[in-house]
Amino acid sequence: MNPLLRRLRAELFATRADAALSLVLISLISLAAIGCLRWVLTQAQWAVVKVNSTLFAVGRYPVEQQWRLWLLTALLVAASGATWGLIRAHPRPDRTGVLWPRNDRLAVGLLSLIALALPWALDLNLAIAGRWWGLTVLLVFCRWLAGRYGARLSPAGQRLAALVWPVLYLVGMVLISGGLGLVTVSPSEWGGLMLTLLASSFAILLCFPIGVLLALGRRSDLPLLRWGSVLYIEFIRGAPLITLLFLGQNILGFLLPGGLAPERVWRAAWVLTFFAAAYLAEAVRSGLAAVPRGQLEAARSLGLSYPKALQHVVLPQALRVALPAIVGQFISLLQDTTLLSLIGLLELLGTARTVMANPAFLGRNGEVYLTLAVLFWGCCAALGLGSRALERRLDPHAVPSAT
Amino acid sequence: MAPVPPADPTPSPLSAAKLPAPKPPWWRDRRVVPWVVQAVVGLLVLLLIAFLLGNLIRNLTAAGLLLSWRWLQQPAGFDISESVIPFNAQLPYWRALAAGLVNTIRAVLVGLVGATLLGTLVGMASFSHNGLLRRLARVYVEVVRNIPLLLQLVFWYFVVFLTLPNGLAAIQLPGVVLAKSGLYIAGFGEGLRWMGPTLVNGVWQAPVRLSVEFGALLTGLIVYSGAFIAEVVRGGIAAVPKGQWEAASSLGLSWFATLRRIVLPQSLRVIVPGLNTQYISLAKNSSLAVAVGYTDLYSVAETTLNQTGRAVEVILVLLAAYLTLDLLISALMNGLNRLVQIRER
Repeated sequence: MNPLLRRLRAELFATRADAALSLVLISLISLAAIGCLRWVLTQAQWAVVKVNSTLFAVGRYPVEQQWRLWLLTALLVAASGATWGLIRAHPRPDRTGVLWPRNDRLAVGLLSLIALALPWALDLNLAIAGRWWGLTVLLVFCRWLAGRYGARLSPAGQRLAALVWPVLYLVGMVLISGGLGLVTVSPSEWGGLMLTLLASSFAILLCFPIGVLLALGRRSDLPLLRWGSVLYIEFIRGAPLITLLFLGQNILGFLLPGGLAPERVWRAAWVLTFFAAAYLAEAVRSGLAAVPRGQLEAARSLGLSYPKALQHVVLPQALRVALPAIVGQFISLLQDTTLLSLIGLLELLGTARTVMANPAFLGRNGEVYLTLAVLFWGCCAALGLGSRALERRLDPHAVPSAT
Repeated sequence: MAPVPPADPTPSPLSAAKLPAPKPPWWRDRRVVPWVVQAVVGLLVLLLIAFLLGNLIRNLTAAGLLLSWRWLQQPAGFDISESVIPFNAQLPYWRALAAGLVNTIRAVLVGLVGATLLGTLVGMASFSHNGLLRRLARVYVEVVRNIPLLLQLVFWYFVVFLTLPNGLAAIQLPGVVLAKSGLYIAGFGEGLRWMGPTLVNGVWQAPVRLSVEFGALLTGLIVYSGAFIAEVVRGGIAAVPKGQWEAASSLGLSWFATLRRIVLPQSLRVIVPGLNTQYISLAKNSSLAVAVGYTDLYSVAETTLNQTGRAVEVILVLLAAYLTLDLLISALMNGLNRLVQIRER
């Protein structure tokens, strides 16, 4: 018998009860799929997404200043491509040094497909579609360039290349908010996907050091540090995020001297940061607990000071163990940014609400929410995949695999 | 980092070994340093708190909002669309907050039961012999976990529940009718008689009526938490050694009997601590009810704040209520955990 058929039979029709269950499930799934497809293709009116695609992307960012966002996207794309290529050019134990493993070819294919199909699906005009195509080409080109010549980079050069990201983050902040000769765009004009990504990346970057410090504090022998960290972590974890955001919007103004309280967007971003730090601390703590005590003792007896021992011996091991939990926290942080819409900020979900308040698009909830769901699902699933790839790469016991 | 102090000018290592160990300077003394570190951190935190509190008191005094609880006795002036305890707009604010709290507890309790049932079923399904069922469980978990809860809630409310038909066209299932005007469930009516939903003059009537807001919130919470609980259950079942399955089936137990009598009781040890976390996050997530128009504690508190301007007091009430709820769930689950742990003889 055909092996595929045999497997199908073993998995779906092994016993009579299994066969009945499979048939019921298959019919239910096909009914649901047909219903969904019919709705998507015939009943749904996708104009609401097509017309408002700019709004969903960047909110009410002034049109004449949007070139800055394009420039930032191009820089980010170039840096991502270069980083990707450099990672492949410097194989770790898990790779045999293949420059274009199968996953990468798949990823490039998928990205090109999206770049080709999306402008068509969104009815973008040729100028904007062309920019997206250009960005895709730039990504693949940087990936190729860094993969081809990245191996020649000296270790010092590699360290310098890693510095590109923090610099790029600062450049991005300037490009988005203005200053240094650029026209200022106030945070109240930021919105859409840009605000979602900005708030989540800000919180992810800043919650990490705070979370690690809190985790170390919670495991410290010093009672004041330990109890302080425990109090903070448990307080934050006991309160729903929405009440903390509410606190940030309504009380921060009272807590700081007049006029010092930051803009609403930044208040929310800071609340997100301090919220995520408490959860991250717990993730890091689980990693610290997995490092045997002897590691610290051995490092100390070799003459390393306590901070040096943490930095070079304990934390690298702990963070590697905690990596899945940490990325899980980042994923839920990205999802939590939707709560900003409840305090009146126009991130993706908030933008969706304003769009649907427009009488022209009344009742088009399904289309908009489905689009957002696909977008969020894609981002979160990509983060999860990235985390698993990173885990394999950092695993010291990884068996070299031929791909 | 403190620099390494210069070595004592000793002529040779041999003579140095005979000398008593030099007393380390105070910044390297292990009896002193921890206390110095703590004192510095404590002082900084105290200064920060004093700074913030000072500002708070100064600003609140300037705004005439200094901490006071007398406003709780004033009539609320707003109505709560659905409330378990009787409430109307003439009743004071504290009654409104209490009604909101009861609504929150109602949603959390029903949500906990529903999510546990769904999660356990899906977690069990991921160990089924049927490949399709197994993959379906996987797909459910992966789809639900990667979409924000708030998005799911507004989806259920605006796309599913608010588009339900009314009257005769409503979706009629045995004992349950889903209509835009509410969810009607069979129950004991007048005189303890079992009654199903009936259509009276184009309006559905039944012993139990839930609003669509409550329905959307519950569906969203159960579907979302169910996926996380399914993962906890799956992890718990996977932690039971494979030999237990094999031993049970060689004794002639069926798949379901093995799971129910042998595997699940043992996996509870792993599952219960994980459930604790999920239950607490369900309780906290119930505060998103405000997005679907269900008047829970948070929603009442928001209205109260908008009317009275009493930001600090309202936030204190909110935080205290949710912390208490979390502690209650934690205490119950810890008790349950003690019950299911293996007792060593």
